[in-house]
Amino acid sequence: MSEAVHTESTGSPWRTWAAWRSLFRDRPIIPLIGLLAALVVASQLARPGIVNPTWAGVILRAAVPLAILAGCQTLTMLTGGIDLSVGAVASMSGFVLATLVSGPGTPTGIVVALVAAALAGLLNGIGVGVFRVHPLIMTLGMSLVVLGLANVWQLQTVQTSSGVPEALRWLGSGTFLGIVPNSLLVFVPLAALILLGLRRTGYGRLLYAVGDNPIAARLSGARSWQVLIVLYVISALLAALAGFLLGGLTNTASVTLADSYVLPSVAAAVIGGTSIMGGRGGFGGTIVGALILTVLSSLLSSLGYPEAVRQILFGSIIVAVAAAYTRVTSES
Amino acid sequence: MTAATAPFDAARARPAAALASWARRNAWTLGLLAFLAILLAFTRFIQPSYGVTGVQGLAISALPLALAAVAQAIVVISGGIDLSIGSMMALTSVIAAALMKGQPEEFGVAVVVGVLLLGLALGAINGGLVVLTRVPDIVVTLAMSFVWAGCALLVLKTPGGGSAKWLKDLIIGSLGNEWVPKAAVALVVIVVLVWVPVRRSRLSLSLYAIGSNRLAAFRSGVSVGRTRIFAYVLMGLFAALGGLSLTATTGIGTPVPGPYTLMSVAAVVLGGVSLAGGRGGVFGPIAAVVVLQLIRTDMTFLNVNTNLAVVAQGIILIGVVMVGSLVALRRSRA
Repeated sequence: MSEAVHTESTGSPWRTWAAWRSLFRDRPIIPLIGLLAALVVASQLARPGIVNPTWAGVILRAAVPLAILAGCQTLTMLTGGIDLSVGAVASMSGFVLATLVSGPGTPTGIVVALVAAALAGLLNGIGVGVFRVHPLIMTLGMSLVVLGLANVWQLQTVQTSSGVPEALRWLGSGTFLGIVPNSLLVFVPLAALILLGLRRTGYGRLLYAVGDNPIAARLSGARSWQVLIVLYVISALLAALAGFLLGGLTNTASVTLADSYVLPSVAAAVIGGTSIMGGRGGFGGTIVGALILTVLSSLLSSLGYPEAVRQILFGSIIVAVAAAYTRVTSES
Repeated sequence: MTAATAPFDAARARPAAALASWARRNAWTLGLLAFLAILLAFTRFIQPSYGVTGVQGLAISALPLALAAVAQAIVVISGGIDLSIGSMMALTSVIAAALMKGQPEEFGVAVVVGVLLLGLALGAINGGLVVLTRVPDIVVTLAMSFVWAGCALLVLKTPGGGSAKWLKDLIIGSLGNEWVPKAAVALVVIVVLVWVPVRRSRLSLSLYAIGSNRLAAFRSGVSVGRTRIFAYVLMGLFAALGGLSLTATTGIGTPVPGPYTLMSVAAVVLGGVSLAGGRGGVFGPIAAVVVLQLIRTDMTFLNVNTNLAVVAQGIILIGVVMVGSLVALRRSRA
């Protein structure tokens, strides 16, 4: 509830612990930015001189697809759901686009990939919204369906010169002046759209309402099934976009490209302060969460830790941050 | 639709009525078993050579997932979920494999006992964190899945290790009648030894109570935190058993978690356990695992593209849950 009421902090708000707590509760992004800054400082201490504009560009570039996928989780988690199919949908979209580049061309490929993704999202939405299938199960089943169909598609298409289109490589991995990643061209408007959409539009309010108290939302006239169908289509389209960027970033097209991003995307949304129970959170925190995870994994690999230790620290930090969150934001 | 929560009142009624109510309570599991029987007949029909070896292979391939499903079912019944089961199985499996390699057979016994105790500890850590931090279980266990997978990689970097011969013999082969695979016997024995005593105790009543209504359970004097931790501890034990079964069936330990976490969730739901908690048992999920495994076998017999088999798996999962929730919606409206 990043836009929660913060009227009680009148008087001398900056002196007491309780006031700090209420600040954290209402603006959870502030301690998160603090954590991010601490991680950047730690990176600098670990490898003096590593923190420079180029480094920041690399981090941003790597964080963008994760942040978009975490955006899918944020939106669905606001309604008390989750979207485990983002990995499969993102990979599928990137892959479909790559196979269509040499034949029908990039624009057609993009349209086909987006339509396929939207279809998966539509089915997710119908399952969750109309048939009341648990989102975990619905999106898990959908990810199996999408993965299988993508594999079938892979066997159908001839493997001739299927490749990531030049434009996408430019967008996903190119940089402006060697520093500012081009993917920000997509991400900044997108993030602004999501942030404003959540705060300023009726649809954004409906997401919070449906997640916070479904019965109250229904009684106040919200048709939650419509909200959910639109939501899962949006989520799938975002995932497709992330798949394009990821394809451009890694210059590969594979049906399992984004699979390893699914769990980190949930983690980024959780670290960013979005409650998995619904009704609480926002995209701002999620962006910082994605940056935190990216800086953290870059820090851990620059320290030369083996993959095993990185995973252990990764998991522990997620638990710790989530626990701190719950402690700070819980009532009483 | 689901197995019920209280087997206490039925015993006093007349036998026929008791049987009928037992059947009604376990309708979902019985339906699954009936479907399994049809599926077996169908398998035999499309592949007349499907026989002893087929059943044997089915039991062995179903065993790890069945244990994972039991583990998941216990947590889900208590109203939680555990997304680290796959990693836990990988961790316990590599520890067992790494310790047993090249060691005398007797040492294997100590390893097995140690790994089971470790499973209890891992479960206690998960449960303790969930209860103490008050972070939603899905988040804690998701994060812990990284931790346990990392630990597994610390133990063994690449698949390796070995398994004591007696452990393999415990699972591979048949017992008495050649149609009775040891893996199935092992599964039944494990479940009967661990779950049935729990099911008959007051603890299981608390387990189902906190799953169906945590506040009501708390106000009736159930120690919610302790019971939740207990559910996770039991889950850890079954995950460790699953890990051991992986080591025993493959003969090595693999540090990369298999698809067991998500498949266990799927099996639990297909097995008639409500994700909302408080409903279902462990036998439904076991039957669901066997059905899923057999469907996969049938698809290879029918020469279905393996990718389409994955698609079918997803559709079955969604479809069954959809039908189940439709039935539930109907019932709640009626």
